[in-house]
Amino acid sequence: MMRYLAKRLFWMVPLLVGISLISFLIMHLAPGDITTTEAGFNPKASEESRQKLRKLYHLDEPLIVQYGLWLKRMAILDFGESFASHQRPVLWEKKDEKGEVTKGLIQEALPVTLLINVVSLILTLIISIPLGILAAKYRNLWQDRSITVLIFVGFSIPGFWLSLLLMYWLGVVYNVFPISGMHSINYQYLTAPHKIYDTTHHLFLPIIIPSLTGLAGFTLFVKNGMLDVLHQDYITTARAKGLPENIVLGRHALRNALLPLITIIGLSIPGLIGGSVISETIFSIPGMGKLFYDAVLMRDFPVIMGILTIGAALTLIGNLLADIAYAWADPRVRRGVGQ
Amino acid sequence: MTRALSNPLARWGLAIIAAVLLMALLAPWLAPYDPDAIDVKAILLSPSSAHWMGTDGLGRDVFSRMLFGARISLLVGFVAVGIATVIGVVLGAISGFYSGWVDVVIMRLVDVMLSIPTFFLILAVIAFLTPSIWNIMIVIGLTSWMGVTRLVRAEFLSLREREFVLSAQTLGAKNGRLIFRHLLPNSLTPIIVSSVLGIASAVLLESGLSFLGLGVQPPQASWGNILTDGKEYIQFAWWLSLFPGMAILLTVLGYNLLGEGLRDALDPRTNSKGS
Repeated sequence: MMRYLAKRLFWMVPLLVGISLISFLIMHLAPGDITTTEAGFNPKASEESRQKLRKLYHLDEPLIVQYGLWLKRMAILDFGESFASHQRPVLWEKKDEKGEVTKGLIQEALPVTLLINVVSLILTLIISIPLGILAAKYRNLWQDRSITVLIFVGFSIPGFWLSLLLMYWLGVVYNVFPISGMHSINYQYLTAPHKIYDTTHHLFLPIIIPSLTGLAGFTLFVKNGMLDVLHQDYITTARAKGLPENIVLGRHALRNALLPLITIIGLSIPGLIGGSVISETIFSIPGMGKLFYDAVLMRDFPVIMGILTIGAALTLIGNLLADIAYAWADPRVRRGVGQ
Repeated sequence: MTRALSNPLARWGLAIIAAVLLMALLAPWLAPYDPDAIDVKAILLSPSSAHWMGTDGLGRDVFSRMLFGARISLLVGFVAVGIATVIGVVLGAISGFYSGWVDVVIMRLVDVMLSIPTFFLILAVIAFLTPSIWNIMIVIGLTSWMGVTRLVRAEFLSLREREFVLSAQTLGAKNGRLIFRHLLPNSLTPIIVSSVLGIASAVLLESGLSFLGLGVQPPQASWGNILTDGKEYIQFAWWLSLFPGMAILLTVLGYNLLGEGLRDALDPRTNSKGS
């Protein structure tokens, strides 16, 4: 297991270098350099802030030196300060001379996005696993067919449109759920249980929408996994032994069908993080997606670069965790058999 | 192709796409109004016989804008996927045919691209450029070639070991001939299927970007930016949200049905959506 882990970690190094290169390239994509585009987008940008930007990314140095410095800053996770939000630190809190602590932008936004995505992922799994089993069990019968229709619609429905519809029905017409923000205005005066209720109430729609749109993929995956496994000899053996069908499906088949699901969860992380831009913007949730969107609108380059890097790092960590979980669950991988 | 059309999924998909295509092509003749004509006397009218899908916040006819929006959606889908497919086929072919260090480099590049959340990547690029329909198509294309690359590489790797390729090689076929006469034609089916499914996600991406105001810029109509108005007027004008959303849903559904139908019809071995 340790050897597997070491090998796996070693493979992340070229990936990290690649990510730093891509983000560096993006920064130099703009015609001219970013200070001129920024000036072009924001005529009010002062000479001072322009100089600051030049200094931050060492734009006066040769390209190779710039890249080296960027790599170094990525390695120590120093993304500088935001231009727009009162020059708050991009990543983590900083203490100034007077001992006052300013919280980092990502530091505040990341837990919100993680909370929403983890809860909605759990919801998706709770619903999609039984649906997938059902579709596999009743293959080509009406149960399977209606689930297939659901899957197709799920793959095709724009998440932001679903958000608008639910916002309209549940927020505007029936007024059951609040349609923006994470807390009520009087949040700070509420007692602890009310605070939890208030947040849950606000986050219901933002959580339910990604889990609805994610449902199609996972259900299809569970169904196909089950169908693959059901052809295997040991299933025939289990049935021949006279085991009840529910035990064959639930115990023998499901365990092996769910294994690849671990990988898929890992692979779905970039999509989840990326998708948070639209849902958080619609519901004004102060998470990573909203932060990124605002940064893009204001051309707040340090924040953009910071979130891009942290987003990629999260994906790598997610994939790493998924691989570790897989190795833990499947002894064949752990011991390096097969493959 | 006849085999593909015998598949009911593919037929339905094709019918939907054909309808959208017709709407887009005939937009100037079908549209009852000028899609950009502002009419201050007809602001936010609900659907009626004069305005089938109502009017928007500037009094523009939503039905006419929807017809012209279909053009954007088709254009972005085809061009973006065209770019992605060309890049993917070239890189995947090189990777699968030559193996060695080229293969390692290309595959690591794919891994790097896949580890940056696509939507973040696209938004970051757009932040450094000006949003326009051309930039959107190029950016979507440049950020969605990884799947095709992996697919073509895998096809090439397995085809290379097949007897007909080995015998062609033994008979002295040059690399170019091997690639273009033997390997590529035999990988065509999965490439087509993944392109059709790729159009579906490109259409979704474009509408999402336009919805956020970072895609097709008003006054040019796109289904995504009509929905932006839909959100703005969500309390008063449901029709601004309903129709463009239905149009996106149906179009994307069309491509998904066609893609899955083609896969079922042309490749009887699998009937999954792939990962």
